[in-house]
Amino acid sequence: MLTLNQLDKVYKTGTFGTSDLHAVRQVSLDVQRGEVVSLIGESGSGKSTIGKMVLHLLDSTGGTITFDGRDVTKLGFRARRDYYRKVQGVFQDPFSSFNPIYKVDRTFETLRQSYFPKVSGGEWRSRLEDALAAVTLEPDDILGKYPHQLSGGQLQRLLIARALLLDIELLVADEVISMLDASTRIDVLNLLGELKGRGLGILFVTHDLSLGNYVSDRVVILYKGRVVERGDTSAVFDDPLHPYTRDLLASVPHLDRTWEEVEAEEAERTRRLAGRCLYHEAAAAQGRSLGEEAASAEGSAPGEVPDGVGLVEYAPGHFVGCFRKAAEAPCPAA
Amino acid sequence: MTATQPVAGPGTEASDQPGVAGPTTSGRKPGGDVRETLYFALRNPKVLIGAVVVLGFLLLGLIGPAFLRYAPMDYAGPPMAPPSADFPFGTTTFGQDVFAQFVAGLRSTFLVGLLGGGVAAVIGMTIGFVAGYRGGLIDELLNMLTNVVLVIPGFVVLIIINAYLGVRSVPMQALYIGVFSWPWVARAVRSQTLSLRSRDFIDLARLSGVGVGTILRREVAPNMYSYLFMTFVLLFGGSILTAASLDFIGLGPTNAMSLGLMMNQAVQWSALHLGLWWWFIPPGLGITLIVGSLYIMNVGLDEVFNPKLREM
Repeated sequence: MLTLNQLDKVYKTGTFGTSDLHAVRQVSLDVQRGEVVSLIGESGSGKSTIGKMVLHLLDSTGGTITFDGRDVTKLGFRARRDYYRKVQGVFQDPFSSFNPIYKVDRTFETLRQSYFPKVSGGEWRSRLEDALAAVTLEPDDILGKYPHQLSGGQLQRLLIARALLLDIELLVADEVISMLDASTRIDVLNLLGELKGRGLGILFVTHDLSLGNYVSDRVVILYKGRVVERGDTSAVFDDPLHPYTRDLLASVPHLDRTWEEVEAEEAERTRRLAGRCLYHEAAAAQGRSLGEEAASAEGSAPGEVPDGVGLVEYAPGHFVGCFRKAAEAPCPAA
Repeated sequence: MTATQPVAGPGTEASDQPGVAGPTTSGRKPGGDVRETLYFALRNPKVLIGAVVVLGFLLLGLIGPAFLRYAPMDYAGPPMAPPSADFPFGTTTFGQDVFAQFVAGLRSTFLVGLLGGGVAAVIGMTIGFVAGYRGGLIDELLNMLTNVVLVIPGFVVLIIINAYLGVRSVPMQALYIGVFSWPWVARAVRSQTLSLRSRDFIDLARLSGVGVGTILRREVAPNMYSYLFMTFVLLFGGSILTAASLDFIGLGPTNAMSLGLMMNQAVQWSALHLGLWWWFIPPGLGITLIVGSLYIMNVGLDEVFNPKLREM
């Protein structure tokens, strides 16, 4: 449904925009209907930037975004309005998602004025109540209140209800859980799972590995703006290949295993993969040597993915990128 | 924390003012509740005093002429007469009624303030909002324009324009003043817009398919209404002062009376040396009181809108 192809985001920094900051490098991924794809990465890895680009809140610098086979990389105002009928987002901070000086109803009223000017008041009210019921909120408890009178979880569910009013197909959930209390987290998570069951595609942006594991069908691990590993959740979590993914997973405490067991398993995996780079091994197996590839990256032949940001399919549905960590670091196998 | 427990939102000031029993719940964002704002405004002595003085002069200017027996330029009585029952502010060298001139001058003073301040507010806020919200090249260009106008010595240019164009009516004077006094408003509004733009509710409005103008009008501006109001108060006072200065150096309106013009004539006809204090004290005091009250009101309003400054 949603496909990102070699998406780039470059910020101009410095006094006169002289230096470039690559926030997102050549990211390719896709989200299907009825599927949750987690975008996992640390702060500054570009995960929120990708979410914002999908929502057209930021312009992309290169690459394409395709939605249902239609290129939506560049949209005019009209086209963007239509796009937002199908694609909506929910943001990290529910308190700043509402204008603090107005009652929360106004957020829905804006939506109605913009997209459903012909719907009558009563009809709208019943739709609103349906949407609120879908996120297990009582209309009487919520409507007519100011944002500061409601809890973070309630506000976050209100935002999801707002998206539901539009009959969307894709939801970009940008860190929707991280600001919530543990008790309200699970409500929102289960709600996302339910929406998935209804055929909604969800791009779940998070820095929390366990959340990614809990809700998602597939995960995309981002590091410094590039995809280092991507695949089915079970494949990536059971057999992490990229050094960054392994570090990340090794730092999460497990409920059912002791630290020693985890350490031992990780040590074994590190020994097996030390000094290797599966990406370049696979590339070499396809008949291309490291030198050739580096050369072709310099010349950047048309249609060719530059070296170091491409992925190889290590196992079915499990992709991994070059094992170097930073973009400028050398590949461990080189 | 359970889901039913209301969470204090960021920026709530509930804890800052214990014991304040407003008519509505305290702890709302500044400017969020008209009734609460009014409640504090009516209990702030600075706002009250300022408003009473300014409104008093405004009333005098509005309804005063209806009770006057003489027009401002009429040769009404004995020359150089000190204040008396017939002429409460005395008469000029030519026997004109100073009080009649004063009341007429008040009218043009308020007109200059309203028009000049209004023009400056509209230009400054429009440029500030657009530059702050759109960013990028538009921001650079508008910022450049703002900085250029900012470094132009406005008063000197006003003198030249007034002298050359020779259009000497009160509204034209107000227009010129407005066109040169907006840059600081544009800069202040731009910086506030910049910080508001990055808030999530702006993104959410964009996700609702709403255009730029609507977002600025319905989401950005309401968050700074209090600030915009105070800006207007300052512009109002500034315009009055600039107009009085222009009038005083002889570049005032040729077809109307103003407080600055009164002082200009008083100096021209040596009221200072002849001891005709009733000719130049009322207009000078009037301008000082109006502008001073506006500035005091501005400080008071600051306390009303910003709970942290409230002296209670």
